[in-house]
Amino acid sequence: MPNDAVTADPRYARRPPSRGFSLSWRDPLVRNIFWQLLILGIVGFVVWWLVSNTMRNLEVRRIATGFGFLEREAGLPIGEHLIPYTPADTYARALLVGVLNTLRVAVIGAVLATLLGTVIGIARLSRNWLVARLAAVYVEVLRDLPLLLQLLFWYGLMQALPGPRQALNPVEGVFLSNRGIKFPLIVWEDAHSAALLAFVAGIAGTWLVGRALRARQFATGQRTPLWPFGLALILGLPLAVWAAMGAPFTPDMPALRGFNFRGGATISPEFAALLLGLVLYTAAFIAEIVRAGIQAIHSGQWEAAGALGLSRGDQLRLIILPQALRVIVPPMTSQYLNITKNSSLAVAIGYQDIVSVANTTINQTGQAIEGIAIIMIVYLTISLSISAFMNWYNARIALKER
Amino acid sequence: MTPPPAEAAAISPGAGFDPATPRSAPSMSIGLLGWMRANLFSSWTSTAVTLVLAYLIIRWTLGFLDWAILNAVWSVPGTGQNVNTSACREMKGIGACWALIGEKYRFILFGLYPFDQQWRPAICIAIFIGLYVVSAMRRFWRRELLVIWLAALAAIGVLMWGGVFGLPHVEQERWGGLIITLILSTFGIALAFPLSILVALGRRASNLPAVKALCVVYIELIRGVPLISLLFMASVMFPLFLPEGMNIDKLLRAQIAIILFAAAYLAEVVRGGLQALPRGQYEAAEALGLSYWQKTGLIILPQALRMVIPPLVNTFIGMFKDTSLVLIIGIFDLLNAAKTSIIEPAWQGFGTEAYLAVAAIYFVFCFAMSKYSAGLEAEFNRHRNR
Repeated sequence: MPNDAVTADPRYARRPPSRGFSLSWRDPLVRNIFWQLLILGIVGFVVWWLVSNTMRNLEVRRIATGFGFLEREAGLPIGEHLIPYTPADTYARALLVGVLNTLRVAVIGAVLATLLGTVIGIARLSRNWLVARLAAVYVEVLRDLPLLLQLLFWYGLMQALPGPRQALNPVEGVFLSNRGIKFPLIVWEDAHSAALLAFVAGIAGTWLVGRALRARQFATGQRTPLWPFGLALILGLPLAVWAAMGAPFTPDMPALRGFNFRGGATISPEFAALLLGLVLYTAAFIAEIVRAGIQAIHSGQWEAAGALGLSRGDQLRLIILPQALRVIVPPMTSQYLNITKNSSLAVAIGYQDIVSVANTTINQTGQAIEGIAIIMIVYLTISLSISAFMNWYNARIALKER
Repeated sequence: MTPPPAEAAAISPGAGFDPATPRSAPSMSIGLLGWMRANLFSSWTSTAVTLVLAYLIIRWTLGFLDWAILNAVWSVPGTGQNVNTSACREMKGIGACWALIGEKYRFILFGLYPFDQQWRPAICIAIFIGLYVVSAMRRFWRRELLVIWLAALAAIGVLMWGGVFGLPHVEQERWGGLIITLILSTFGIALAFPLSILVALGRRASNLPAVKALCVVYIELIRGVPLISLLFMASVMFPLFLPEGMNIDKLLRAQIAIILFAAAYLAEVVRGGLQALPRGQYEAAEALGLSYWQKTGLIILPQALRMVIPPLVNTFIGMFKDTSLVLIIGIFDLLNAAKTSIIEPAWQGFGTEAYLAVAAIYFVFCFAMSKYSAGLEAEFNRHRNR
């Protein structure tokens, strides 16, 4: 049949599409609304069914609901706490201690994993075959073993260390035993606080000097090295302040008294094993991200940088890494989220993070729903905050296209 | 191309030109020596790094071989309760106690499954591995693969539970070891995958705002919390969700948690594939007058899924490793079996050996998947590197 015959035939004439509301199954809008109502209805019914079951079960088992238990005395000992805490404190405070413990291991772990991962990622691209192969083996092995297995392994090694009396003593004042790692501290005095302030001021000053020097370079073309200023401000200023205030220095050395150590500071075996496991595991993933980011930069950039006479280290630092960061930052965000979520494996080796504290709370009070809700809310808050920060950072370093 | 004059002279006969015999490159720049010079000793720093690393590697490798092979204790007298591990105790720290693995390997692989029936989980492990190999071969990437998977998973269910074909029934509490790890990861992926496709499609359905919102909330909620919190939910809260008298065993509850967890991550990978497909494919399918499900099933998914197979395999590796978390809620997977095998006083303190053995098993599975995924990725990207 020729085409014009089709259009001429009134049966095939197109009706103008009506945007008005017509209750016809042929209207996609009607179909869409129907399907959405159906799916929402099913989901709503399932949720209602689960909630009503739960309410009935709670009634039968006489479990009180609500967060009233948070005000009760916890009676739950926590070995490591960043804020003052005793077992006589409330559950709310115990959970807060748990959150702070989670944040402590996650933040320190993220910083160390980034440093180690960047080094390994760059090492994988080294021109030295041995270095590149070693980095590749590290990545392959660490990535392909479950984190929990690695944590149990490190924790087992920590526990296999000798007792305090036979503690390993690699450096004067540092003791490795199955009670943890002991290291000396300095008795804190006013002069130290002043030096710390001077240190922060030194960093700020260096940043300002750096800005001024860069402005001068743009204006005059003359480069002045920044590092003498940095050295003087960041190291010299605090030292001068400390010396001016009498240079107090009393080390607090750990020493064996009876069956345990007194004095100094401690890293518990649980924290050490968790941090070690998290850092080594996450560094393997970060190394892959860094390597992929560097490889994504066109080789012409290396060659152009080399043609300008930059050393290989300067090429990497000034030309390649700033561009690679744009590729690296988005997947890095998910690694920071992962290290935070993976820190929840602490519960398996007895480091008291939020999951571990909430789990004990559930066992003591029977408030399962509230306990798990608290865990989820804490992690959702942390996850969303990290995402928001990394999105802001990503937008800042993104290519400014005009 | 015009040949260089020297070459032109060389090939014209009788010109009285006597070409120099080709000289080989300097012996320091070819062969093994040349390679070593370029890759190990290219500069002073490189040479120093190479020497230090080589010294450390040789020293540690020799130390490890001493511990793992030369000084290792391969067997000890007695079995079960009467085992005498003093030989291992004497060599502790000097030599590995592989006698532990000899004594406990059946426990690590099969858990507390009845001893004379352990051929059944053994066959199941073989079926699982066969299933992975078949799924990895591209000639089997067609609809029939679905049938193979269904048949294999059904066969595994029959073999493990028993109660039919004259196989004695084995209750689920006695399952354990490697087979639990394989069951949790394989069933988890098999069931999470279809769910993840639906969720990914739902997240892209801009004409269904309510469905889209539901899918977004599901994905972001699950991805924002650790797997442990879901497993705790499955072990502590799940019994409260069900009407009285209805109960689901612990393994199945953990399995459901793993499926829900895996589906959220897989959905994001699938969504990546859906987004990477050019719009023209969607429009062409619509122009053919295909319905939504025809368009999705015949045009979109076959292409989108193919694109994301490498990241899918990487997600599978993550899920395979993450099944070890069920240890925390007391399920006997491979890792928990290793942890439990050293609880007896006779074997206490030999955790390194047990964990190394289990690590080897995990590594073989994950490394194979990781190499496979990398190979596939290189193959898919070949057109780009040409």
